[in-house]
Amino acid sequence: MKEAEKLLTISDLTVEFTSDREIIQAVNHVSLDIYKGETLGLVGETGAGKTTIAKSILRILPKPQGRTKSGNIIFNGTDLLSLSEQEMRKIRGNKISMIFQDPMSALNPVVSVGKQISEAISLHQKLSKKETKELAIKMLEMVGIPGGRYDEYPHQFSGGMKQRVIIAMALACRPELLLADEPTTALDVTIQAQVLEMMAKLKEELKTSMLLITHDLGIVAETCDKVAVIYAGEIIEYASVEEIFDNPLHPYTLGLFGSLPSSDGNKEKRLKPINGMMPNPARLPSGCKFAERCPHASEECRANEIELADTGEGHVVRCIKHSLVKEAR
Amino acid sequence: MESSGVMAAEAKKESNISIVWRRLRKNKLAVAGLIIIALLVLIAIFAPLIAPYDYAEQDLTNTFAPPSREHLLGTDDLGRDELSRLIYGTRQSLQIGVFSVAIATVLGTTLGVFAGFYGGKVDILLMRFLDIYQSIPGLLLSIALATSLGPGLNNAIIAIGVSTMSVYARIIRASLLKVRSMEYIEAARAINATDFRIVMKYALPNAIAPLLISITMNIGNSILAASMLSFIGLGAQPPVAEWGAMLTAGKDFIRTHGSLITYPGIAMVISVLSFNLLGDGLRDALDPRLKN
Amino acid sequence: MIPVLLGVSLLVFTIMYFTPGDPAVIILGPSATQESIAQTKHELGLDKPFGERYLEYIGNAFLRFDLGKSYFTGRSVSDEVLVRLPYTLKLAGLAILWSIIIGIPAGAIAAMNQNTWKDNATMFGALFFLSMPAFWFALVLVMIFSINLRLLPVVGIESWKGYILPVISMSVGGAAGIARQTRSSMLEVIRQDYVTTARAKGQKERLVITGHILRNGLIPIVVVAGNSMGTMMGGALIAETIFSIPGMGSYMVNAISKRDYPVVQGGVLVIAICFSLIMLLVDIVLAFVDPRIRAQFSSKKKKGSAAKWKAAA
Repeated sequence: MKEAEKLLTISDLTVEFTSDREIIQAVNHVSLDIYKGETLGLVGETGAGKTTIAKSILRILPKPQGRTKSGNIIFNGTDLLSLSEQEMRKIRGNKISMIFQDPMSALNPVVSVGKQISEAISLHQKLSKKETKELAIKMLEMVGIPGGRYDEYPHQFSGGMKQRVIIAMALACRPELLLADEPTTALDVTIQAQVLEMMAKLKEELKTSMLLITHDLGIVAETCDKVAVIYAGEIIEYASVEEIFDNPLHPYTLGLFGSLPSSDGNKEKRLKPINGMMPNPARLPSGCKFAERCPHASEECRANEIELADTGEGHVVRCIKHSLVKEAR
Repeated sequence: MESSGVMAAEAKKESNISIVWRRLRKNKLAVAGLIIIALLVLIAIFAPLIAPYDYAEQDLTNTFAPPSREHLLGTDDLGRDELSRLIYGTRQSLQIGVFSVAIATVLGTTLGVFAGFYGGKVDILLMRFLDIYQSIPGLLLSIALATSLGPGLNNAIIAIGVSTMSVYARIIRASLLKVRSMEYIEAARAINATDFRIVMKYALPNAIAPLLISITMNIGNSILAASMLSFIGLGAQPPVAEWGAMLTAGKDFIRTHGSLITYPGIAMVISVLSFNLLGDGLRDALDPRLKN
Repeated sequence: MIPVLLGVSLLVFTIMYFTPGDPAVIILGPSATQESIAQTKHELGLDKPFGERYLEYIGNAFLRFDLGKSYFTGRSVSDEVLVRLPYTLKLAGLAILWSIIIGIPAGAIAAMNQNTWKDNATMFGALFFLSMPAFWFALVLVMIFSINLRLLPVVGIESWKGYILPVISMSVGGAAGIARQTRSSMLEVIRQDYVTTARAKGQKERLVITGHILRNGLIPIVVVAGNSMGTMMGGALIAETIFSIPGMGSYMVNAISKRDYPVVQGGVLVIAICFSLIMLLVDIVLAFVDPRIRAQFSSKKKKGSAAKWKAAA
């Protein structure tokens, strides 16, 4: 792996949600690095805490319920969690942007798409009204939407087109980091490829780093440089894309591959779904959070918290039996 | 097959009621409203036992008496005991609330079932009618109906009931339209259930939550509307002790004896507020999505 | 619009038609002879069948703006209405204006401070004001400000001061309703993704609230405000009698007690028409606020969207 500059460093991030007197541990002691120009994939099933991590970076967690309990998020040398709200606003949408999962609901239905892009521009750039509009139109065209549709409203766009608008809005200020939260999940499969391809192209052009949240391993293989697998609010495996695909060490990661249909025509090999469900985040078990569903679990796994172990080549895994897993694979 | 489904549905309903009740109990204001309503009902039932005097008993030698041991809240312009009249007034207010809402619910439900079930032209016609109906402000419609029916408490109740029925019609119709398009209705048709049974079994239970909320909130509103009718001379007629009528009578002595409008007003606010608190609580309990 | 007005007039006419009691007897008094009653009936056209009378009535009302004559004064109802309606509209308009000015910020504050004491206090206050007979509140205001403190006139509208109490008494209920609606529709919008999008752009919290949350929550609020205009006009009838304002209310209430039906009928019809016009205005405002409704309007000019929202509310 080449020596590159760190753009974002999350260390020991813990996020809690309070609801009905229950405390939900959404994110537990997560540490991550994103290097400049790199795309990090954050993989896990629904409810694992992926979106929460992205929202904590921008500090837009749902207000009274969610709060970051501990940790640092260092972006370009400054800790985002220690910034004032006003300073943070200058970063949101400017240095760090976010693309949301559901394009159908992420655009304000009563404001024209052009104005919504202009809003993002005018918040961070000192441009005249005319220049702002010109830039917004340029952004629309960049994502493949005719500039003449500036004054149209979200309901006049299809899902894929809406997501393009959102991407245009997110990239309008040439952010250094793009947080893409399942940007294609809500789209038709044919549109997914188009949107992904466009994102990859724009990312190259603008030299933006990206945190790509997804549960789709196919997308990871196509777009990411590194992958962090997250389970029940914890990172359980972290490595380069090649390592994860060629040499998965955590039983959960392995399970994720097992639940993918293979396309090599081998019909004998049946899908192997992971049994059971993710533990209730309000009552997390002690020890390994995956033990409940793991074929290799033993008493030892449940006894103590499992630490992330480095297996070399920057491949870390939170499993004491990873060598066993490797053999059984 | 069918009976087991019904049993499952019943079991579900049972637990739903206990869930709603548990949520409702957590809401202190709603519980307070419920307790006050219960007290009002008790007062209304036992009014002759509680009230120190009869509501119509005049004592022309002792008019506008200040509060005293004999008359805790004093007497009115005809020497009638204010407290006793307030106590008897509970009966009228509860009657107004309950009966007018009952009339409105029955009328509205019938209309809504017709519109939602038959759909097509019947639906269009009835909805047009409701549009027209609702383009007359509620109070004005009550006034017109009450004028036509003539003064009196019963007529006021009918007028208010008839003029507020459109809300229920719309709720029922909406729920029917929703249910009609669902697959289990198709399934019910497939096993040859009659139309009426389909309606009773599936659509009405679906409408119960919004219906219940509207009913509770409208009891309070009906009491208010009736007091307005009394105020313009269309509601309760003397000597009936109805709070609105008491207010209206007291209005002439506002310069000298303000208490004659203060007490019935407070009584009315307390009872209407109780129904509204309960209604709000029910809404939150039945549909917690709205609360958060 | 026109079908609705025709429908309203038919409804009002029908209600009044079935009113028991012979107008001729009311006019002439109980001692009138059979002959003179028949003659009066004929003069007033009361002996004609229902359909003919209705057609004649709406023909006169809509084509010549002639709503008939009062049984008692013999004066044209239309002329009276023209003089009196402005007072009622002014009262109702001022009241709705105040309801909006107070109701929307109150509801917004409650929504932005959900489940705190500010929210609870505002919402309890709103429910309290909704639970109060408006005319009683008016009387209490009179008692406090006019009789005890002698700050404001008891009756009449000779100066602007005369409007204060009637408008306050009428607007509290409307403000309470609008505050409740504002709170609930803002809370519905607050959790929408596009609000998060706006925050993620770096938008200021105040502008997130006004530009994104409130703007989207405005649709049901506008509908509620339009509907409360109906309540306001009803309330104006009552307020006018208390404060002796020479509007439609005092005219109609007087007529009700005398069973002067042409006046009641004309009054109800005129107010219903005003209300229908206001609901039309609400539809236009909605189209202005929401591009989706605008699109609906231009594609198929059918069905009031206000009615749809009303049903949903």
